[in-house]
Amino acid sequence: MSDLKKIKDEFLLKLKGKLDISEINQIKSDLFGKSGLISTQFKKIGTIAESERKKFASDLNTIKDELQDLISSKINEVENAEINKKLEKEKIDITLPERPFVRGKIHPVSQTIDEISSIFSEIGFSVEEGPDVENEYNNFTALNTPENHPARDMHDTFYLDEKKQKLLRTHTSPVQIRTMLKGKPPFKIIAPGRTYRSDSDQTHSPMFHQVEGLYIDKNINMGHLKGCLNYFIKEFFEVDKIKMRFRPSHFPFTEPSAEVDIGYEMKDGKIVIGEGNQWLEILGCGMVHPNVLKNVKVDPTKFQGYAFGIGIDRLAMLKYGINDLRAFFDCDYRWLNHFGFDPLDVPTNYRGLSR
Amino acid sequence: MKVTFDWLKDHLKTNLKEKNLLEQLTNIGLEVESVENLSADNELFKVAEIIKTEKHPNADRLKVCDVNIGKNEIKKVVCGAANAKEGLLTIYAPPGAVIPKTKMKLVVAKIRGITSYGMLCSESELNLSDQSDGITELPMGYKKNIGKSYFSKSKSNLIDLSITPNRPDCLGIRGIARDLAASGFGKLVDFNEKKIHSKNKHTLNVKINKEKGQGCTAFGSCLITNVKNSESPQWLKDKLISIGQKPISAIVDITNYVMLDINRPLHAYDADKIEKGIIVRNSQPGEEFTALDNKNYKLESGMCVISDNRGVLGLGGIIGGTRSGTELDTKNILLESAYFEPGSIRKTAKILNLETDAKFRFERGVDPLSIEDGLNKAAKLIKEICGGEISKIDIQKLETYKTKKIVFDPNIFEKISGFKISFKEMIKILEDLGFEVKKDKKRLKLAVPSWRPDISQEVDIVEELVRISGYEKIKYIEPIKQRKKPTLNKFQKLFHFLQRSIASKGYLETITWSFTDQRYNDYFRDTKKEIKIINPISSELGVLRNSIFSNLIMYMNKNLDRGFKDLSIFEIGPIFNGLNPGEQNTVVCGLSAGKKSRLSWIEKDRNIDVFDAKRDVIQTLVEAGYDSQKFFVDNKTPDYYHPGKSGRLFLDNGKDQMAAYFGEIHPNILKQIDMKTEALVGFEIFMDNLKLPEKTLNDLKVKFSFSDYQKSERDFAFLVNKDVNAQDLINCISSIDKSLVKDVKVFDLYQGDNIPENQKSIAISVTIQSSEKTLNEADLEQINNLIIKTVENKTGAKIRS
Repeated sequence: MSDLKKIKDEFLLKLKGKLDISEINQIKSDLFGKSGLISTQFKKIGTIAESERKKFASDLNTIKDELQDLISSKINEVENAEINKKLEKEKIDITLPERPFVRGKIHPVSQTIDEISSIFSEIGFSVEEGPDVENEYNNFTALNTPENHPARDMHDTFYLDEKKQKLLRTHTSPVQIRTMLKGKPPFKIIAPGRTYRSDSDQTHSPMFHQVEGLYIDKNINMGHLKGCLNYFIKEFFEVDKIKMRFRPSHFPFTEPSAEVDIGYEMKDGKIVIGEGNQWLEILGCGMVHPNVLKNVKVDPTKFQGYAFGIGIDRLAMLKYGINDLRAFFDCDYRWLNHFGFDPLDVPTNYRGLSR
Repeated sequence: MKVTFDWLKDHLKTNLKEKNLLEQLTNIGLEVESVENLSADNELFKVAEIIKTEKHPNADRLKVCDVNIGKNEIKKVVCGAANAKEGLLTIYAPPGAVIPKTKMKLVVAKIRGITSYGMLCSESELNLSDQSDGITELPMGYKKNIGKSYFSKSKSNLIDLSITPNRPDCLGIRGIARDLAASGFGKLVDFNEKKIHSKNKHTLNVKINKEKGQGCTAFGSCLITNVKNSESPQWLKDKLISIGQKPISAIVDITNYVMLDINRPLHAYDADKIEKGIIVRNSQPGEEFTALDNKNYKLESGMCVISDNRGVLGLGGIIGGTRSGTELDTKNILLESAYFEPGSIRKTAKILNLETDAKFRFERGVDPLSIEDGLNKAAKLIKEICGGEISKIDIQKLETYKTKKIVFDPNIFEKISGFKISFKEMIKILEDLGFEVKKDKKRLKLAVPSWRPDISQEVDIVEELVRISGYEKIKYIEPIKQRKKPTLNKFQKLFHFLQRSIASKGYLETITWSFTDQRYNDYFRDTKKEIKIINPISSELGVLRNSIFSNLIMYMNKNLDRGFKDLSIFEIGPIFNGLNPGEQNTVVCGLSAGKKSRLSWIEKDRNIDVFDAKRDVIQTLVEAGYDSQKFFVDNKTPDYYHPGKSGRLFLDNGKDQMAAYFGEIHPNILKQIDMKTEALVGFEIFMDNLKLPEKTLNDLKVKFSFSDYQKSERDFAFLVNKDVNAQDLINCISSIDKSLVKDVKVFDLYQGDNIPENQKSIAISVTIQSSEKTLNEADLEQINNLIIKTVENKTGAKIRS
């Protein structure tokens, strides 16, 4: 048996045994160290006869590779075993709770305002705002509701001065006046915001939210109004079909005026919009009264259009199954957490209103 | 306005059913609020007589009554009414009956130990009136009805309509019938009230004073002498009861009936109690009279009063007085049918806080041409029922009514409604509604009926035409999806951004009222002016909020009381600085209470502190696009913050308006409102003071450049006086060489042992990097020395060795 074969057999056997990392390193050095067995064999190549040299060198290289591979894989194996052993020791109870985090929420009224804005944005409305404190003229007189008009009784007004000149706006309609006074037609706006009436019971809160809509241009008629509201309600309630009813009514600032009902039914104690034979009043609207246009210096023989007012809180209640209006403003942690929305749920045109 | 189908049929010939009626009423704008079936249940309510009352043995204010309910039946009823007494005729409800107002079903019940079989009802409980003091008192004439049902056996349901304020004509049954007929629901029965032909002289002089602001422009009247007032006949009682009115006496019932039937309010005076004729005039300040509601009214000047030589008899068109009221023994009647100006009526009624059926009608506008019809109809009924002689009618007028004329261009109809109806149809609708229509080439010349004060221009005609032809004819025109203007302006975008940014930091958004409790407002009012609401809903909501904290802290406390300990809430909304429109600011206000990481197995808990609030403010503003390099903080904050643990933030090195406050809430406030929490911190971001970004996101992305040369971090520890701000050190170092100093971080603060008492040690790490080369030791040493020298010179700090 040649030396080479002997070395190979001997070390293959050695490397098969159970070794730790220092023993493997010892073997490595025994073979490939400066005077290691394999290193020594390489030095011998020059002394071997020409005829055998080639074969010897070739055999030697093969044995070298084989032993080297075996050593590296042996090292890997041992190292892995050691890491695994260490990791095994580090094992924790992964079912323990995560580090504490807090989660904020967006109020359902804010979310609903964003939904409304998103829907009207797509059909070209922009958002206008006005102050919460209004003067009597913008809130009533300019809206064709002169002093001593019985329609004023429908608005229980909070006043800020004895002369009743300053008040908390009873509706968002004064934004119509402000918008038209500062600009030139066409006007195509919505105006969401806080409104106030001195009324407080189960279904009334002294503060609530409305969104006003106004579209004034040439030739805007009641068909446009109906189409716009039908579109809005379908989009808002995220249903394909709704039942909608226009019904004559009266507001001093529109003529003709209408109230709009939508069809619904009760299913398992929850309101389902769009089906059933019950009617639910959800908004008031009409064609802007020529007197209002005159008051804001818009020529009613050239321009005409529609306006509407919707109760935002009520829309939110209907859409999200909230029963009690008063709870909106009670700031109960449990309620806010339950009915609030994640701040990342931003209603937009492309991703839709909800998930 | 309450109606029944039966009564409507007095004016309307129709074969249609009540179901169709309800639909049609709503379709033409006379909204059906409710429909009540009176006949089914109400037969249970019987006329009864109290034959004996005894004090309840166990309750001072209760009585035990023996009630004769007819057919020799006596029931024991426990009753709390003060007016329950022997001999009183009233209305008895047996067990099983449902009380109309409360919808409660009566059962046999023990009341304080005594069994009560049924109930004696007040007018309010039966929806007869608002009278809830005591049980109903029926006139003696009802004695023969004991045991019979009080309500008639009408099969007609009680329909409650919500009549909009522009339609006074529909406050009479006939007006409603006219609208129904125009819409195709039957045919309006002709109104042919025969005129009174009398030779008797009207002997009572009536005069309307010509005065400034005279509220009465016409006063019609007639005398009816030698009447015998009595109970109304059954048909009249039934009619009134059928719509929920309580019959009183024939004369009162007749005037009520005419008012409800044709919307013509009338007033009957006892003519013998009038001294020397009627004067309609403005009131003098301080004049007084007792009205039929038994209340005494003190008048201001300029109210329209009906008076005689002795003084005020009544307020014209609103309420009569007791002095000249009719009673069962009244012999001679002056019947008034007048026209009062809506504005005058409303003003007077508002001042005196009076609400009557007549006032409700006159303030909306009664048909000025109905004066005679009203007198004719009522006088004849009085004669028929009470006998007597009718005089000639006398009408005093200051003005003659002029019929309103409108020239209507039919093209406007389609322009506004968006659909077409024929010329012929237009004419038919308008004529059915009472317009006189004349064709004039392509236009219509219209005379507006006198009962329609709401119609004055072409658009009102359009409304009538759309309403009667049906709103369902309006088409749906799909909106065009096109945007010509941005939906939100920069302020609104920032509003939404801040709102969601704060919420994303763990704050629950709240919406609280814009008004608040004065006491809470005072804690946070600072130097702002208090703005009172003149007519608040309650004293706890009496002022507009000067700060959102007032409401947030109140609701925070309520939540703490509910047992929640660690909470963050915020609101974005208005605060008010004055009572003029626009004197308001938009503020983002947040409040956090309690601890971080309470009861965590992994993290150590700690109280929430001012630096949590500061982080939330700064992070939010940085996210909103403001450059933190320019932020500047000082410690000047309002009194409601902890004086030593609060700050004021500027966005542009203090050269701009203050952007936010943050800090611990002053412990005194917590004490005063009895708030129990480990810590309470808050912030206010003043949106109106934030400069709106002028750039778009695109503009904000400037050329991307960075340095690949090696950076070095050098640490310094400076010893400074306690009153030197860390911000000053940071600014000082940052401004040394902007091309080399890339970042400055405070990584330690130490005060205590080994350091003089008035000093603190601040450890700062500075990142130094050049964009041109790798800095060598000499370069670094140079900048090091510069940092130390500059900081020492500018802040009086000493480097610690």
